[in-house]
Amino acid sequence: MSVNKKHLFAGLMLVTTALIAPAHAAASKSLTLAVITDMSGLYKDAGGPGSVVAVKMAIKDSGIEKQGWSVKVIGLDHQNKPDVGANVARQAIDQDHADAIIDVPNSAVALAIEPIVQEKNKVFLIDGAAADILTGAKCSPNQVHFATDTWALAHGTGGAITKSGGKTWFFITADYAFGKSLEKNTGAVVIANGGKVLGHVRAPLSTPDFSSFLLQAQASKAQVIGLANAGGDTINSIKQGAEFGIQKGGQTMAPLLLFITDVNSLGLKTAQGLEFTSSFYWDLNDKTRAFSKRYQALEPLKHMPTWDQAAVYSSTLQYLKAVEKLGDATDGRKVVAEMKSFPTDDAVFGKGEIRADGRAIFPTYLFKVKSPAESKGPWDYYKLIAKIPADQAFRPLKDGHCPLVK
Amino acid sequence: MFQFMHYPPQLWFGQLSLGLINGSFYALLSLGLAVIFGMLNIVNFAHGAVYMLGAFCAWFLLNGFDIPYPVLVHGHLALASAHLPSHLNMWWALFLSPLFVGIFGMILQRTMLRRLDGLEPIYGLLLTFGLAAIIQGLLQNAYGSSGEPYDIPGVLSGGHNLGFMFLPNYRIFVVVASSIVCFGTWFAIERTRFGATLRAATENPKLVQAFGINVPLMITLTYGLGVAIAAFAGVLAAPIYQVNPTMGADLIVVVFAVVVIGGMGSILGSIISGYMLGLIEGVTKVIYPQASGVIVFVIMAVVLLMRPSGLFGRAS
Repeated sequence: MSVNKKHLFAGLMLVTTALIAPAHAAASKSLTLAVITDMSGLYKDAGGPGSVVAVKMAIKDSGIEKQGWSVKVIGLDHQNKPDVGANVARQAIDQDHADAIIDVPNSAVALAIEPIVQEKNKVFLIDGAAADILTGAKCSPNQVHFATDTWALAHGTGGAITKSGGKTWFFITADYAFGKSLEKNTGAVVIANGGKVLGHVRAPLSTPDFSSFLLQAQASKAQVIGLANAGGDTINSIKQGAEFGIQKGGQTMAPLLLFITDVNSLGLKTAQGLEFTSSFYWDLNDKTRAFSKRYQALEPLKHMPTWDQAAVYSSTLQYLKAVEKLGDATDGRKVVAEMKSFPTDDAVFGKGEIRADGRAIFPTYLFKVKSPAESKGPWDYYKLIAKIPADQAFRPLKDGHCPLVK
Repeated sequence: MFQFMHYPPQLWFGQLSLGLINGSFYALLSLGLAVIFGMLNIVNFAHGAVYMLGAFCAWFLLNGFDIPYPVLVHGHLALASAHLPSHLNMWWALFLSPLFVGIFGMILQRTMLRRLDGLEPIYGLLLTFGLAAIIQGLLQNAYGSSGEPYDIPGVLSGGHNLGFMFLPNYRIFVVVASSIVCFGTWFAIERTRFGATLRAATENPKLVQAFGINVPLMITLTYGLGVAIAAFAGVLAAPIYQVNPTMGADLIVVVFAVVVIGGMGSILGSIISGYMLGLIEGVTKVIYPQASGVIVFVIMAVVLLMRPSGLFGRAS
């Protein structure tokens, strides 16, 4: 009898432990953040190891670890290939138990990762990818989109240049989701402002030689050559454009997306006078300066942060605040809903909000690259031309056709 | 004025000139690969990396070298670096960069590649592929991915308006310089006594050695030559592209396709197919630009189907 009692007691204990265990696991305060970015290709300086630095800064500034949370950060390479990116994301979630996927500079890769995050009910903080479809038809309750998008870039740069007299355009477009989206958005803005699109050429991603495309742009006699590409492709287009006398011939080059690391690489002699839209510049105010100086000290190459890395910081900070409020990160949809429920406020973008479609709203800025004479030192590259208020900078909620917006 | 396929002649002439310029790079790189494969039987996947090293070497020669050395900071080992100033312009670089990179290549050959003698070419391919990844990774960690600017030398800046296009002087220089190097290499291997010995040494190393010729030294020098040609191409490329750790990786796969089309190991084949594919790619960029990244591979597939040993290769 006593033996049976012992058995019964042991059995009860086992059942109780089994019942308690999952509840305990859910309340365990550990987080894994997977930064999936370009660690080896043309967008490495824009995101890359710098994005990992930005995530670590956000963790420190959120103070979440002092609340008893342990946060692990892993940096992964998507190699700019959608299939690789999807595999890496799946592995991060299944094997490393990632709670959130961050950055993903490359819209094609971001679009491949999006359904996986939704299926697994995790969180996707999109920073480096810029296709506006991510908060349009492809929006999801598991993701938010910080930094800029193709709609904002098109309206900022395209609108400003067309209004100031650049009426005819020719596009050199990166031949994938992002480039096409940027070309389409900008073309629409040009036409809406009384301009005309004379033609376009679609260049494969990571093309070393742009001279053929530049020659076609030159032959089109368009006033403005819109560069619907990014990173290394933009650098090569601008550099070779100077070599072929595009600007000297009276045509304007308009980089529709530019990172400060691109300008740093080109040098002011080549890049001076370029007009473009950006949501971030390190030298905007005291807070951005303080953030950027801290970032620069931690970044392996001592670069200043790009707008992508700034957005990584901002989105991670908001995510951590939401997780802390909820006390639980297992339900991705709940965390995203929480992120949208209170305003954003940080050193890089100031105060803002996240809309129902996942779009984070901030002011954006129209900049012009300084001449070597105007620049006072390293990284003093931009002068501010205009500030576009938050409510005008992004596509109106109703125009995006996001199924989450009713 | 005539029009061909709806495109004005200006566009055609322009694109063909550009094709010739890009072909110059293909020819220089595939030539080095062909020399190395023909003489050493090594599929040198590190070729893109040495091309990139050539460009970086030019950049170092202009901007100075940072030499890292270990120091003790609070009892821990750390890396500090000393800056060795240097202001040698591109004319120096065209000579010094291939020399330095060539010596580097010869060291690689002596210390590593030589150990693969007599093994299947796949071993050489794997080793050189790994070396390329290491070299590229190290430079990327040190210099990032955006690249460093390298200006066109003063005398070659500017250009000529040819009526159908604006042709930068520097690009004309690239075509001339690469043609000279290509012709020089072909002549040295196919038409001189040294070249004859070299070819004989590939066919039958033992017999040539019996004549008192130092065959291992010849092989090392040949590898050095192939690598030096790639470095020369890298210096020429520096002012056109950014000096970028991935510049070789972007090109190497295309160049391998060029070599396969020309016929593995055929010197003349690699030169001719290099220029030819540059031209075909140029034309593709007008007709259907999206395909310009794959056209070379389509041609490679067709050539392999029709002539498995390549256009100029000898069937074995």
